[in-house]
Amino acid sequence: MTTHIKMDDRIDRDRLEEMVQGVIGRPLDRPEGELKVSGRAPYAMDDLPDGCLHGVLVRSTIAKGKLEHIDAAAVETLPGIRAVLRDDRFTRNPAQGMAGEAPAQGTDEIVYFGQPVALVVADSFEQARHGAQMLALKMEGADEAAVNPSDRNAQIEAPKKKQSSTGDLDKAMRQAAFTVDETYTTPGHVSAAMEPHASVARWDGDSLTLHGSYQMLRFNRAELADSLGIKEEKVRILAPYVGGGFGSKLGISPEGVAAAIAAKELGVPVAVAMTRQNVFEMVLRRSETSQHIRLAADEYGKLTGIGHEALVSNISGEEFSEPVTQATPFLYRGENRVIGHRIARIHRTPAGSVRAPGEAVGLTALEIALDELAVKSGIDPVELRLRNIPDEDPSKGIPFSSHTLSEALKTGARHFGWEPRNREPGKVRDGEWLIGSGMASAARVNMLIESKARVTLTNDGRASVETDMTDIGTGTYAVLGQIAAEMLGLPMARVNTILGDTDLPPASGSGGSFGAASNGTAVFLACEDIRRQLCERLGCAPDELTLKDGYATVANRRTSIQDVLGGSDLAADGHAEPGKAEKKVRQATYGSYFAEVAVNSVTGETRVRKMLGVFAAGRILNAKTARSQCLGGMTFGIGMALTEELVHDHRDGHIVNRDFAEYHLPVNADVPQIDVVLLEERDAWANPLHAKGIGELGICGAAASIVNAIYNATGVRVRDLPATLDKLLEGLPS
Amino acid sequence: MQTRLHINGDDHQLDADARTTLLDALRNHLGLTGSKKGCDHGQCGACTVLVNGRRINSCLTLACMHDGDEIVTIEGLGAPGRLSALQQAFVHHDGFQCGYCTPGQICSATAMLEEIEAGWPSHVTSDVSGKAELTVDEISERMSGNLCRCSAYPNIVDAIMEVGKGRRG
Repeated sequence: MTTHIKMDDRIDRDRLEEMVQGVIGRPLDRPEGELKVSGRAPYAMDDLPDGCLHGVLVRSTIAKGKLEHIDAAAVETLPGIRAVLRDDRFTRNPAQGMAGEAPAQGTDEIVYFGQPVALVVADSFEQARHGAQMLALKMEGADEAAVNPSDRNAQIEAPKKKQSSTGDLDKAMRQAAFTVDETYTTPGHVSAAMEPHASVARWDGDSLTLHGSYQMLRFNRAELADSLGIKEEKVRILAPYVGGGFGSKLGISPEGVAAAIAAKELGVPVAVAMTRQNVFEMVLRRSETSQHIRLAADEYGKLTGIGHEALVSNISGEEFSEPVTQATPFLYRGENRVIGHRIARIHRTPAGSVRAPGEAVGLTALEIALDELAVKSGIDPVELRLRNIPDEDPSKGIPFSSHTLSEALKTGARHFGWEPRNREPGKVRDGEWLIGSGMASAARVNMLIESKARVTLTNDGRASVETDMTDIGTGTYAVLGQIAAEMLGLPMARVNTILGDTDLPPASGSGGSFGAASNGTAVFLACEDIRRQLCERLGCAPDELTLKDGYATVANRRTSIQDVLGGSDLAADGHAEPGKAEKKVRQATYGSYFAEVAVNSVTGETRVRKMLGVFAAGRILNAKTARSQCLGGMTFGIGMALTEELVHDHRDGHIVNRDFAEYHLPVNADVPQIDVVLLEERDAWANPLHAKGIGELGICGAAASIVNAIYNATGVRVRDLPATLDKLLEGLPS
Repeated sequence: MQTRLHINGDDHQLDADARTTLLDALRNHLGLTGSKKGCDHGQCGACTVLVNGRRINSCLTLACMHDGDEIVTIEGLGAPGRLSALQQAFVHHDGFQCGYCTPGQICSATAMLEEIEAGWPSHVTSDVSGKAELTVDEISERMSGNLCRCSAYPNIVDAIMEVGKGRRG
């Protein structure tokens, strides 16, 4: 039986609070931890079937044109080579998140440098790699491929529905006591999950099993089936362990489809793992952005107008465009508003979701602009933000489901020791280091995505949770287990969570921070159903039943779950769907960042000395894994602020820095012992768990706190990220 | 090509292409898939193993260069139910999220603690002739060859610190 809920309204009753097992929210260790630290957790490439062949993808070395010919014959004679494949069904652009259908296919048409065009399959990886390197391609390049957003032949789209304007911003700017009118730029970024995309395909007749590294299996299954022209029922995807995603594994990608096609063609299993360089070139990147921001404020620093107009890029035909201004309509007050969004159609690796698409870069720019307003108005940056928190969503005129920005700002300032602070830049020194502090707000929209799960209470007094949901490091194994343990009154050790298999009920998948709350709600609903079934057996009303430590207590009579079950199992399905609630209220998560940096007065090098994040995301399901998600987000912020930058060659658009030696992720020494404070919050509009997403909140605006701290340390205002040494050197105080 | 490898206490006779890296030998020939491939270029550290007691990137060395060498991989450090102190500390401090870089982090940390113990200085050691101290800065610096995109870095440092301190009494 399925228990279904559609979130049309708030649900005030806090069922988890009524439970007594006492595991929900606790900072428990991950149940899969022992497997991970001992190297026993099986990721996509860790369990190759016998006789499995290896495939290596071959890339285009032009940005636009046609693949005319591949010299397959020359490679086929090399030792161990089993096939050189070129196929109309190969994936040209990886699928965007939740596409649910085949992405752009056909790799003979070349639309970006680094695009896959062929697959070389051999007995061993070494042979396949050699064959791929030897494969001669004849490509016919088209002239005049626009590869930079600023290229004269780059077509610029300005979709009507992405532009909006209320009031008169120009007038507000003219009448304002203080204004900011600046353009901020952020470069392209990559997700850079540590596990490169990899798929192992094997066929049994006309049924395909693919062990892959994907985030949203029910969509991926549909995308893969559609790519191959077969029915969804014939495809099973397994991804019990995923070595990070951050958006890069939302949709089916070239290696998965190529592995499936090769395995079918050759009649044996085929594994295709992308090289790290493939991952840079063939996996969706975060678009570079150019953001024109205008702020108008009265003499008290109250905003009267906000303008946020962005230029991003993507390849022609891709619907996704980095939603830079996503948080701008509701974060701060101001009656005069302009939102603008333009898309440059260029020949670079397609753009898509990278952790917190929109707010990650959009809020960062807005929060640097806010700091500029604080400097101009002489108002403390925390106080300036507090003065601009709106009472309701200022663009839609609807209430907030819950609002914690004020508390996050105040708690952060207190916890960090924000005051006293020397507001005059360049005045605090520690030897040759210039010291400064900065802050920023955090905000991220909250979503619920349709999700199903099955829970079974077995006659041995244990429970299993089953769903095709993934754990990409986010803590899914832990939090789903905790919800079931709490609801069914079982110790965590007696709950087994099985994930990452499309044979199981379809979940939301991992993305957009919605996984834990969406899929957690489905688990919760299934557990409610099991509780109802237990009540039937015990002949009690739902409110009379207490479940704890494997015992059911009704009116002072305590019975073990095994006895209640009497040899049978109880199973139930849960099904959660979004409803009208998301239109009735504005749902979001909030937080604040505080950072202290040291900038070397001789070299311009910036070190983050101290960093604090304060976040509220409704009920925290596991304080340990939630904190870790915040640490990860903030570290992405450190990278965005200081080192991360995709560099494209201006002539042919190739990615110059397509590996970790040249694209600089933060390393251990770049990251201080970050402090995280999680605020108590319940959001009855979100779902019956009262929990919201937290996986992306920690990156949204984080980089701004560092850039603002650099200003405080040096007096140099960086508006073009990352804040590398060269951008600071000239302006450093002598 | 024939190579004799001594791995986690067991003898293995490897017959593989001369181009096979130590990492691919472990993963594709010997069934030891705990060591991970994150970049294949020595840039991420996910493949870190111990060779004759020292940590190396197993993707940057060919298997045939290790005839007779003593190799320890993550599988040799511990298993569920009998984890090493570092493995246990990583679980407790949540020194990982997705877990992909974790085997490399733990192999690296295992050797790194020995290096501090042996007094090897690092870039952040203020007195290179003195004793290397077990500090946050030293641990962060010495663990910077192991990338973690989930960024469990602060938790990794806490885990290593706990074990390192325990050893020093």
